[in-house]
Amino acid sequence: MTDTLNVPGGDVPGGDVPGGDVPAVDVPAVNVHGVSRIFAAGKGPGVTALDDVSLDVAPGEFVSLIGPSGCGKSTLLRLIADLDVPTSGSIEVFGKPARQARIDQDYGIAFQQAGLLPWRTVAGNIELPLELHGVGKAARRGRAAELIALVGLSDFAAHYPDQLSGGMQQRVAIARALAESPSLLLMDEPFGALDEMTRERMQNELVRICAETQAAVVFVTHSIPEAVFLSNRVVVLEPRPGRIRSIVGVGLGDMSGRGEDLREDEGFFRSLSEVRDLLHGDPDSSGTGLPTGVVPKTGARGVETR
Amino acid sequence: MTTQTEQSAPLNRGALGVPKPRVSRRRSAVVHPRLRGGLFGLAGLVLLALIWELYKTLGPADGVVLGGITVLPRTTDLAMPHLAVMAERLFDPVTGAASALPLWQAVLQGSLFTLGIAAVGWLVGVTVGLALALLMQRFRLAESAILPWIILSQTVPLIAIAPLVRRWGAQIQFGEFTWESWMSVALIASYLAFFPVSIGALRGLASPDANHVDLMHCYAVGWWKTLWRLRLPTSVGYLLPALRLAAVSAVVGSVVAEVSIGLRGGIGRLIVEYAGAAGNDPGKPWAPIFGSILVGLVAAGFVGLIGLFLRRFRRGEVA
Ligand SMILES: Nc1ncnc2c1ncn2[C@@H]1O[C@H](COP(=O)(O)OP(=O)(O)O)[C@@H](O)[C@H]1O
Ligand SMILES: [Mg+2]
Repeated sequence: MTDTLNVPGGDVPGGDVPGGDVPAVDVPAVNVHGVSRIFAAGKGPGVTALDDVSLDVAPGEFVSLIGPSGCGKSTLLRLIADLDVPTSGSIEVFGKPARQARIDQDYGIAFQQAGLLPWRTVAGNIELPLELHGVGKAARRGRAAELIALVGLSDFAAHYPDQLSGGMQQRVAIARALAESPSLLLMDEPFGALDEMTRERMQNELVRICAETQAAVVFVTHSIPEAVFLSNRVVVLEPRPGRIRSIVGVGLGDMSGRGEDLREDEGFFRSLSEVRDLLHGDPDSSGTGLPTGVVPKTGARGVETR
Repeated sequence: MTTQTEQSAPLNRGALGVPKPRVSRRRSAVVHPRLRGGLFGLAGLVLLALIWELYKTLGPADGVVLGGITVLPRTTDLAMPHLAVMAERLFDPVTGAASALPLWQAVLQGSLFTLGIAAVGWLVGVTVGLALALLMQRFRLAESAILPWIILSQTVPLIAIAPLVRRWGAQIQFGEFTWESWMSVALIASYLAFFPVSIGALRGLASPDANHVDLMHCYAVGWWKTLWRLRLPTSVGYLLPALRLAAVSAVVGSVVAEVSIGLRGGIGRLIVEYAGAAGNDPGKPWAPIFGSILVGLVAAGFVGLIGLFLRRFRRGEVA
């Protein structure tokens, strides 16, 4: 499984990548089964952040979690990462309990805040996980250089985080998440703090990186276009209690074939409106703090699709 | 952190290749305030000297007395000698005896003696303080068990513990080792020094972002690695002021403990000894006072030097 996943330095991506959306392997990258998470709240009944959620993510698949804030997206991601444990239900990552998968470093993770160590350079930050896991100096150097090239920061290897823009910091965080060639990437609104233009660039880069690494991705977002553009499947969650309302297969094809022009594709807009309708479907939740990145209801769509 | 304009800066490779002028500007901005700080410090000293001399010439000889209380000191040559008198006195011999050293040399010797004791006290205090902080960080229970005692320990007056330490010390003896008076002084200095370190380090060790702690958890690394790679580096910003405070406390503690224990050879002893000479030699008592200030400055400067080496770990604070 893992041997196909090493990241090429900057070679032309995947002409020889196996076709189809998802490589057929029997063990799912993530298997969430009947998971609930209830946060105890003083004397009250507690907050049910997740209620009986089940979800499979296939190896190499890109799955987005979307929903209004407070619907349990981060909670689900943290459970998969074993940063938190479910109240009931089970989570397996590559057929192992989540805890074992964390110990085995089966996933890489990136949060909304880049979370770089300010006293380490770009290269030093990317090397951190390798260093912690006893990779030799030379190997570390080489790997970091490779990843820095992958995220396009070659001129900035010796810079410190406070000398970088927000978007650049986020790229470093992504490179760090990729450092150990994980077969699974967990990302919690990694582009949430970026402006719209930087955000689209970063999405394009992420698509390219995913095509190159062939890693499965669980991606939390509250932007509909972002979810649709990036994903093989979009999981729409609803709040109070957090449940899966529906799963939308996007079917925009293989990662390596996705480019900027996809944003004008008819299938893109069809999926966009499908996800949007699902999110707004429940009249109760239509007023809740929905995404800042939502495309205006008529405008863009009416113009672009002709 | 980063501003909005930085975030929206163009991110394509071409634009990234342009070196950013920000970096060099930041460098030079680091040097300037330090230089300015030194100048301000010097200006403060000059101002103090001016006020002293000005009050001495203009103030009433009997001082300013309001309702029977002296609010400003007398300006006689005995009470407030001219700065020049203090300075000149430094170069005269300590006493009339033929073998007497120049005063400055005697004071310098005393200063070095006290500095040595304070350094030992500081080292011991820092070690104990750090160890306590680590213990409290590692075990929640330890924190609630130890922290109140740490705070309580500082309410015991120094004068009260000095004789105790001395008496206990006198009973310690095994093999070659005998407890000496200077060790009692160092121990008391460390008693004052450990406090700021333990409190500062405890806060510093708890200061990493939840985000960073989560990351370490994801990396499945243990407490020690997290300590070394995350908690210690982030606590540098808390630790340096604590170390500086500890250094100054160790110096003050040494001087006071020398007096209360009656140890000869240090600044504390000289202060007491020369104070007796004030009646006919007003410049003399000031010499050991300057000596103790010098020791304090050297101690603080040493911590500043440590800070220089750890500069990298304070980056986050600059941004
Ligand atoms: N550590 C926690 N303690 C108590 N409640 C929590 C905690 N984490 C999350 N919650 C609650 O769980 C719900 C889901 O939170 P979260 O997963 O962060 O939502 P999202 O990421 O979708 O915005 C929210 O109602 C939140 O208040
Ligand atoms: Mg969230």
